[in-house]
Amino acid sequence: MIGSGPAPVELAGMSLAGPVLVAAGCGGTGPELAPYLPDEGLAVLGGFVTRSITLNPRAGDHRPLVVETPSGLLHAAGLPSPGLEPFLATELPWLARSGTRVVVSITGSTLGEHAELARRLGRAPGLSAIEVPVSGEPFHAASLVSAVARDLPRGVPVLAKIRPDLLRVVETARAVLDAGAGAVVVGDALPAALPDGRPAGLSGPAIRPVALRCVTEVRAALPDAPVVGGGGIMTADDARSFLAAGAVAVQVGTALLHDPTTAAHLAAELASTRPAPQEDTAP
Amino acid sequence: MTVHVTGEVLDSRRVGAYRHLTIVAPGVPERFRPGTVLAVTPADSAHLARRPYWIHRVRTVGGYGAAVQLVVDPTGAGGSWLAGLPVGARLPVTGPLGRPFALPKEPVSCVLVGEEWAAAPLFPLAERLRERGCSVTLVVAARDEAHLLSALEARRSARAVSVVTEDGSVGIRGRAADVLADTLVRAGAEVVYAAGRVDTLHAAAAAAEQHGAWSQTAVAVPQPCSTGLCRGCPLPVVGEDGVARDVRACTEGPVVRGDRVRWGELS
Ligand SMILES: Cc1cc2nc3c(=O)[nH]c(=O)nc-3n(C[C@H](O)[C@H](O)[C@H](O)COP(=O)(O)O)c2cc1C
Repeated sequence: MIGSGPAPVELAGMSLAGPVLVAAGCGGTGPELAPYLPDEGLAVLGGFVTRSITLNPRAGDHRPLVVETPSGLLHAAGLPSPGLEPFLATELPWLARSGTRVVVSITGSTLGEHAELARRLGRAPGLSAIEVPVSGEPFHAASLVSAVARDLPRGVPVLAKIRPDLLRVVETARAVLDAGAGAVVVGDALPAALPDGRPAGLSGPAIRPVALRCVTEVRAALPDAPVVGGGGIMTADDARSFLAAGAVAVQVGTALLHDPTTAAHLAAELASTRPAPQEDTAP
Repeated sequence: MTVHVTGEVLDSRRVGAYRHLTIVAPGVPERFRPGTVLAVTPADSAHLARRPYWIHRVRTVGGYGAAVQLVVDPTGAGGSWLAGLPVGARLPVTGPLGRPFALPKEPVSCVLVGEEWAAAPLFPLAERLRERGCSVTLVVAARDEAHLLSALEARRSARAVSVVTEDGSVGIRGRAADVLADTLVRAGAEVVYAAGRVDTLHAAAAAAEQHGAWSQTAVAVPQPCSTGLCRGCPLPVVGEDGVARDVRACTEGPVVRGDRVRWGELS
């Protein structure tokens, strides 16, 4: 059956309006993206992941923070964050009213900070899930996920975001799922450096083949693992290759910075053209 | 409101060291206010950052309705790409973006200081100010004549025009900052509008403050997405509440009050 209209997607116990989510740090605070979406706004999306929120405000520096590189973007590590209080006061309420699934990404330097963020966000109205970027080291990643999961109310899943590093991705995925993650997000930026040597993340089409391979390997090793794929998705065909590799949903980041209408296009195209059913081959 | 549409290059001509590009971009000219930008993107996935350009003029083009004109410095990856586009080329554009120059409510005396291509938004600003009965003094500056935006057409909207070049090829030899203090006094300026390099903006904001005038500065830092999504264009300011913070140049700027910017941290 080739249906029309969005096909709901099940992810970690949540029902999403579609398979396309905005990746962390790439949708502004939400309202900036709205002019480039249809009238329903963010509700056409499967979900919106916020930039990574820290407990306390974190200032950035004034050197370039986002720089173009061939087929990619580099963003400086430790982008500025408003801290939790202003986020709860102004940004989250807007997102909660937008009609999309709100996934709040959190980051900190200690397990304790992560736990406190989870505790204070978990009961905030409008929050659907917590996403936490984890390091590639499986034991550390698992501790982080359990620290976050322990303090969340039932029904608020943790999505563990893993870098597309082929050497560790399967082991890390297994560890975080065992530690209570509701799903894994495979497709964070790759560790890189800005031209002046500052640590940065590389995103965009340059990392897509790497991310796709990682999704494929995770699903091969853990066929039941709920996986959200991402990394360099620009077109509906790019998204379909991640879905075909076993991802239940995709995240789109850098593409929005290049063309803010990408989320709307992907959501519409993926809703109207579900994968064609297998043809019966004539005997 | 901003639109994201496919634009079409209608005209591209060399003017001195620059190219003046006229682009049909439905929906943009109607919403234009001086100080807003048009963000352009090469339609490929090799170059991902957006390039913001000041909208220099809105002109009516027979058969096409209104179009916008940009001044393109053809150096750098984005500039050479844009300057090299042939007439008829199509490209995705987003605009108008950003906060425009604030206009005075009263018909006061205004000094406009523009440097090189960055002077582009001051020309439509001069027209709007004159429509409001403001007296306009324009200072245009550049390293040499080739990089100077033509002050000829500006003479229509300005009461006085000063030209400053670093090599002295035309006008006064020096930098815009050198003539500011005198110009403000002579014009009895109540508002200073500045667009150019960071040190020039800083000088303009300082001169305005000393003279007891308001200043509006158009800050041209790179804006990787230009739409407020990426936070890659931090602008250090002091908020209305007196608290130092970073705002996004693309959404809270690119035009900001000169006395609010922490200039020392920008350069
Ligand atoms: C400007 C920018 C800011 C980002 N900020 C965050 C962030 O705060 N937290 C996070 O987990 N990932 C962040 N990312 C990574 C993206 O969420 C995404 O996982 C990654 O860029 C790969 O996907 P893409 O190629 O579609 O962008 C950021 C990426 C960019 C380009």
